[in-house]
Amino acid sequence: MLKDRDTAPIKLTRDGELTLVEFTSRKLLEENEIAEMGEQLSAYVESQLKPKLIISFAGVDHLSSSALGTLITVNYKVRERDGQLRLCAINPQIYEVFLITKLNKLFRIYPTIKEAKESLEKPAS
Amino acid sequence: MKQMHSRCNSAIRPTSARSGPKLWCSCDIESDICKARDVEEAILSQCQSHAYTDRDLFALKLAVEEAIHNAIRHGNHGDQSKQIHIKYRVTPRRCDVVIADEGAGFNPASVPDPTSEQNIEQPSGRGLLLMRAFMNSVVFNELGNAVTLTKFNDAAPTRRQSQLAFG
Repeated sequence: MLKDRDTAPIKLTRDGELTLVEFTSRKLLEENEIAEMGEQLSAYVESQLKPKLIISFAGVDHLSSSALGTLITVNYKVRERDGQLRLCAINPQIYEVFLITKLNKLFRIYPTIKEAKESLEKPAS
Repeated sequence: MKQMHSRCNSAIRPTSARSGPKLWCSCDIESDICKARDVEEAILSQCQSHAYTDRDLFALKLAVEEAIHNAIRHGNHGDQSKQIHIKYRVTPRRCDVVIADEGAGFNPASVPDPTSEQNIEQPSGRGLLLMRAFMNSVVFNELGNAVTLTKFNDAAPTRRQSQLAFG
């Protein structure tokens, strides 16, 4: 179960050529945590040639417009590096935030991590 | 731990109240999100005691967070010598929250549509849209440095339902 506060706002796990990003807090509201999350993700994306990122919102029950802004910036950086970003496991209330802001059109969102993984384009063999 | 500098005054009543002596509570706090969150928790706790739905609570938390964030960052520019003034009233039917800052105000109509094609990738500017989407009413004062958020309790029986139940 997620805590209300942890040492780092996100946890990155390598899974083959993709990286799974999970939040360590249930609430993505704190400005300093959001800034730290942005820095951590940006540093990771910039260290990869074609980053493949899946961001799971499992357990997250609140987020602010600042958190959305950080996701938009990360999405832009991933695209700049010809990478792929997927969001998944977003609860219905938070998904409504994506619908209202029309960010569901900007991001590729999947119900589960499994479906997000399956959606990633494989390199041409 | 530093004591929250707040003034809770349950004697303040809205001048436009039509529904009887519903009490308002007002708090003046520093431009600090942690202190504002104490007030936010008090508001949500009162709503929970009136059995507001989970969706209402989510909506209120989101809108109050965005309004307080705007007041601290854009209104008071993070200046901790300036205060945020919060006034709220929770009844079984509705929750009203007034959040005012000590800034120069702004024109809400001048905020660009963050859902438009040219703005969709802008990292900021969505707070007002979210407040309007999740609240029943969002009203700014003339200067634009105070916003009144109103959320009706979705679980409360309507006036018509009450009349049918009690004759």
